[in-house]
This record gives sequence, C-alpha cells and structure tokens, in this order.
Amino acid sequence: MKPSASLYSGLKHAGIDFVTSVPCVNLGPLMKLVSSDPCILHLPVTREEEGVGVCAGAWMGGKKPALMMQNSGLGNSINALASLDLLYGIPLLMVISHRGTFGEKISAQVPMGMLTEPLLSAMGIPFIKPRPEGAEGAVVDAWRAAEVKGTPVAVLLDLDFWRQE
Amino acid sequence: MKRMEAITAVARVAGDSLLVCNLGFPSRELFSAMDRPENFYMMGSMGLCSSIGLGLALARPDRKIISLDGDGAVLMNLGTLTTIACTAPANYLLVILDNCSYCSTGCQPTATSLKADLAEIARGAGVQRVIRVSDYENLIDALGGSGVVVAQVEAGNAEVPVIALPPKDVISRFRSTVRLIPDRAGSPTQLKRS
Repeated sequence: MKPSASLYSGLKHAGIDFVTSVPCVNLGPLMKLVSSDPCILHLPVTREEEGVGVCAGAWMGGKKPALMMQNSGLGNSINALASLDLLYGIPLLMVISHRGTFGEKISAQVPMGMLTEPLLSAMGIPFIKPRPEGAEGAVVDAWRAAEVKGTPVAVLLDLDFWRQE
Repeated sequence: MKRMEAITAVARVAGDSLLVCNLGFPSRELFSAMDRPENFYMMGSMGLCSSIGLGLALARPDRKIISLDGDGAVLMNLGTLTTIACTAPANYLLVILDNCSYCSTGCQPTATSLKADLAEIARGAGVQRVIRVSDYENLIDALGGSGVVVAQVEAGNAEVPVIALPPKDVISRFRSTVRLIPDRAGSPTQLKRS
C-alpha cells in the first residue's frame, strides 16, 4: 500500500469523519482521497489555527476531527492548541507533513523542521513518526490516544515517508 | 446599546440555540446575565470564536448555533469569514459585537474605529446575508437567519466577576447538551421568543 493509502485506511479505521486542511504537496494525494469520501466532511481552511478552532467545534458537535497540514502550520497554531485544546481537553488528530527534515531542498523549511519535535514536546503533545508500512496502525493509535487523553496527537511524516508514493 | 445589553437580549431569546461566546468580558457578561449549559465560554484562543461556531454548525445541522464574537477577535481571523461564506451553513449565525476597541485589555482602538468596515469585509468574503444593527429590536429580529450580523455597541465592560466554572466543566456540560436532539418543532433557523 502506498503511504497515502495507508494513512487513509488509518483514518477510516479510526472513524475520522471530519477533516480540515491547509495544503501541502506531500499531503495532496491523501486530501484527494478524503475529499472523495462521502463519509468524511472535508473543509479546506485559510490558516491552520482556524482549522484547530473548526475541529474543536466539530468535536463538541460529536465528530471525530483531524487537521492535515505542513509543520509550518504548527507554528501558526500554538496558542490555539494550548489555550483551546489543552485547556478544555479537546482531542484532535494532526496529520503533519514534516518538511525541513533530512533531504530537504528548500532552506526556508529547515528552521520549523528542526523546531517541530521540540515544540510538540514542550507542549506535552504526543507524536508518532511511522514508516509507511506502519502508518495505518499509527493513525488509529494516535486518534485513540487523543480521545482517551483529551489532547491533540500528531502523526509526523518526514520526507523519507513519502518516497514510495 | 451596551454590549452586555446586547448579550443579555440574545441569551433571553436563544431558546435551545447553542451560544459560543468570545473570551474575556463578553463571556463574563454572558455568564452573569444568563448562565446556561448551552453557552460555551471561551477562555483563550482569541480569534477562534467564529471558527468554533462554524465547526459546531457543520457537525450539528439540526441545531441553531450563534457565535457572539468581537471586532478585535474577528480582525485576528478574517480568513474564516471566507470559510463561513463558502460553507454557508443555514443553522449558523455569526454576531459581531463591534465596539471599535479591544475592551478586555483596556479599550485600545481597533481598525473599525478608523477605516475598516466588518460588514463590507464579510460581504467581500462572500457572505450572502450581512445585516447591520444598532439597537436590540433589530438585533433580535436579525437572529432568526444565518450569515453575519454586525451589531454596533458602546465601548466598555460591565462590572461582572470572572467565570466561576473550570474550563473542563464548561465543555463537559456544553457537550452533554449539544448531544441532545432539539425538542422544538420547525426549522433550526427559527428562534423562539421568550
């Protein structure tokens, strides 16, 4: 199974039915799969922080929400993740394309690439870094942990993850 | 009209509508005026009141959702007006209480005190129904539909205490009431007057 198909299968097994997204080239095929699924409401948003807010409202309304974004968007979302999701105990699955990792060709991606894991650790947000063959299970586990602990959980997908796409 | 008067007027006719309220004094004023499980009081994440309400409205099309937001917070998250316009849920109304200032932090002026016009910005974002009001009668009349209401209110805060509920209690009782099926007949876009 290709990386995107494996992630999508994980979303389906986890029961994710509401997705907000800000585009990333690596997440493109997964976003297409999500958009064509009549059981998932896919809402493109203008900024990742907005996606955190929309997902929080959707969860209050009974949905199982995920936010798909590039790791640059994590920087745009810090206050919302802390003073909305962590404050109230709101679960969120974050599927993050982790740019600025080994093999990155665009230098501007490197600073946030290096800061992504330390930022998540500093916030106490759990994260998992699957290989493509384990992506399906990782997504399911991440959402379960988010629901049980009432917290955002990140699935980080570095450049190497997408090589088989 | 004072902001607390506007908030009180909305809460009194809200029926079983779900209210999502902007952080700081607006939430404190709503809590003091009429605390109810159907109120979600924001305590952080400034700017996201409009987005939280949108997510809730999309998740629960059978419930009427009203976000009580402010000019400063909407200016912080203008992009979401375009998302609201593109999705246009029939059960969602964003009420912007525009006092031209950041009153929870000392009434520093916002851009709406100078050139910016949030009703025009909402129209430009593609919102089909945008209504301006400056008194309660028109505010109450505007609550029945969807889209955006820009309500002109006076700058200043009421003397009200901080919210005496922990955040996790606010959300747990709110979620419990969100799960309920509305008991009134008719369209979710209709409000009962009480």
